[in-house]
Amino acid sequence: MTRTKPSTPETPPTPATPPSPTAAQKSPPAAATSPAARARRASQLGELRLSGVSRAYGAHLALHPLDLTIHGGEFVALLGPSGCGKTTALNCLAGLLPLTSGEITMDGRRVDTLAPEKRGFGMVFQNYALFPHLTVRANVAFGLKMRKVGKAETRRRVDDVLDLVRLGEHAHKHPGQLSGGQQQRVSIARAIVMEPPLVLMDEPLSNLDAALRLSMRSEIRRIHQEFGLTTIYVTHDQEEALSLADRLVVLHAGQVSQIGAPAELYEHPADAHVAAFMGYRNLLVLDLAAVDGTGAVAEGRGLKVRGTVVGGAGLRAGDTATVAIRPEDLRVAEADEQPMAEATAEVVEYHGRVLHVEAVTAHGDRLHLKSAGPVRPGDAVRVAVDADRALVFPRTEESGQLPEQGPGSEGGAP
Amino acid sequence: MTTTAAARRPRTRTALRHRLAERGVDRTLLLILPGALAVLALFCYPFLYGLQLSFQPAKGGVLGAYRAFFSDPFARKSIWSTFSLAIPASLINVGASVPISYRMRREFRGKRLLLAILVVPITLGTVLTAEGILEFYGPAGWFNRTLHWLGLADSPVHLTMNYTGVLLSLIISGFPFSYLLTHSYLSGIHPSLEKAAATLGAGWWQRFRHITFPLLLPGLMTTFCLSFVMAFAVFPSALMVGDPDGKTHVISIEVYQAALERFDYVQGCADAMIMTVLMLAVLAAVTGLRARLYSGATGGKG
Repeated sequence: MTRTKPSTPETPPTPATPPSPTAAQKSPPAAATSPAARARRASQLGELRLSGVSRAYGAHLALHPLDLTIHGGEFVALLGPSGCGKTTALNCLAGLLPLTSGEITMDGRRVDTLAPEKRGFGMVFQNYALFPHLTVRANVAFGLKMRKVGKAETRRRVDDVLDLVRLGEHAHKHPGQLSGGQQQRVSIARAIVMEPPLVLMDEPLSNLDAALRLSMRSEIRRIHQEFGLTTIYVTHDQEEALSLADRLVVLHAGQVSQIGAPAELYEHPADAHVAAFMGYRNLLVLDLAAVDGTGAVAEGRGLKVRGTVVGGAGLRAGDTATVAIRPEDLRVAEADEQPMAEATAEVVEYHGRVLHVEAVTAHGDRLHLKSAGPVRPGDAVRVAVDADRALVFPRTEESGQLPEQGPGSEGGAP
Repeated sequence: MTTTAAARRPRTRTALRHRLAERGVDRTLLLILPGALAVLALFCYPFLYGLQLSFQPAKGGVLGAYRAFFSDPFARKSIWSTFSLAIPASLINVGASVPISYRMRREFRGKRLLLAILVVPITLGTVLTAEGILEFYGPAGWFNRTLHWLGLADSPVHLTMNYTGVLLSLIISGFPFSYLLTHSYLSGIHPSLEKAAATLGAGWWQRFRHITFPLLLPGLMTTFCLSFVMAFAVFPSALMVGDPDGKTHVISIEVYQAALERFDYVQGCADAMIMTVLMLAVLAAVTGLRARLYSGATGGKG
């Protein structure tokens, strides 16, 4: 791989600058286009453009035509439940799966027709895919060896990157002698040692335990900031996506639900699927009794919710809608307040500062809420929600069976 | 329950069973018994009986029969004949199964049919195979007729009653085993390893050379050993499609002639022991080499 910079106008012609303390700043995508704003190491990539990229398995369209432009230095997360097409998209980018249609260009150069070994992208696999018969050093050096980089140069770069992932003293070991977290760091080192224009990560943390996942997450963040490598990160964990990425792409059933910055998605999910991923655990399919501007009243099965209409200008009274509410926004109703629902607490989980309560209404709807006060299983709870905290979405086909969220989904962000 | 109470009474009994179980000794071990008895009765006893018999020749002292084998140039040459058949046959079998199983990992149309064709020779007995070779590759067989018809050969090519015939039969009957073994070793290598190598810039040959082959090599050596053992004991085809008095006078024929044609059981036993030692020497050499290679997990997780 040549280490020359592409001659796009937004890339400064100066050689890569070493990371400085100020490099540890999360830069919004817009900053990538203005050289002055970029203190961190310049990315080799100006712009990666996916246009109409799709992939079908027989008659099944695993990935609907996807359009996405990624700027140099950006960290983009593809987020979605399993089977949503995110790994398909990543494999298409890596060249491990041929595209059914569409085009991928890197700074105007077409790459989707190249074999994976000609693309020069770094990839981190979910199962690490370390070469078990090679030492850590040889694993990391493999890519450099394939590119016929000289011995001394290889040694220097491998040492540098092993220091970066804090594995210097494990260089002589075989992958089998390392823990899961160390193996994952080797796998990251192996992918970034060539300073590829694009790093692809396929659920790299999903095989690790909770504590390790947290520390590896900040490790990945740190490495991204130090190297400034453009990264595409696939995950099903919204917390991971929100905390790592500059920009999120939420996929559902092979289609893009929403693209945006973490805060944008967290605060303004575009549809019920995105909402489900952004911590809205209560999804109720109800009929609209009244719509008035952005306000709406939804009711059914003994529930009555006043909420805010999102992204469905066409919603009218009588339509069926999905109402999404975060557990932390559901509260116990005031004495003089009309409750949204009356339910019986069934499962009460102790979560430290708050209790997580799963309550069931007389009609069998399950509500998740957080309670600071004491609640016991079997207690009757009168639940209320503020109108601006209940989002009303047009009903999508499968919104009744939205993905069940793991423990990581509760209150991913403040 | 306190530890002292637990430690006092039922201790001796449970502890023994526990200790045995720790070493893997429990009642399920009885499952091994019938097989172990059969091995003892049908292999160990005859082997040891033959071993002691081989040291009791009519003349020449304890090692007389061994001396007789090595002093007879014709008998001595059978060692060379056996090796010159068994080693090339095993190498060809292993070598041919690598590219085939490499490609057979992925799906393609007609894969099942091809698999059936590759594996079917397992069901044929060696005698049947030898018969088939005689018919097909013989001077008046289909093979030579086709060559003649195509004008590729004026006189029949001699493929039977010589070295080539035996080699062919060893490949036909040995290949399916090699293929099946190699295939299972190869499918134990996680596909993500090659994908990872590809994203790191390795072309297909480099992927094979640096990743797949080193991980497969220990398996290939085991496959070689099994193939070699089968080929080393070649007997029916060496008699039927070979040249049993010349080039394919293999060591098993020497054993057979000593024991059942000259009725010298002691000599037969001694020859069989020599055959066993030679075979074990090769196995030991290959296993020794194999132990020096990486032979751990070949899954994606390393």
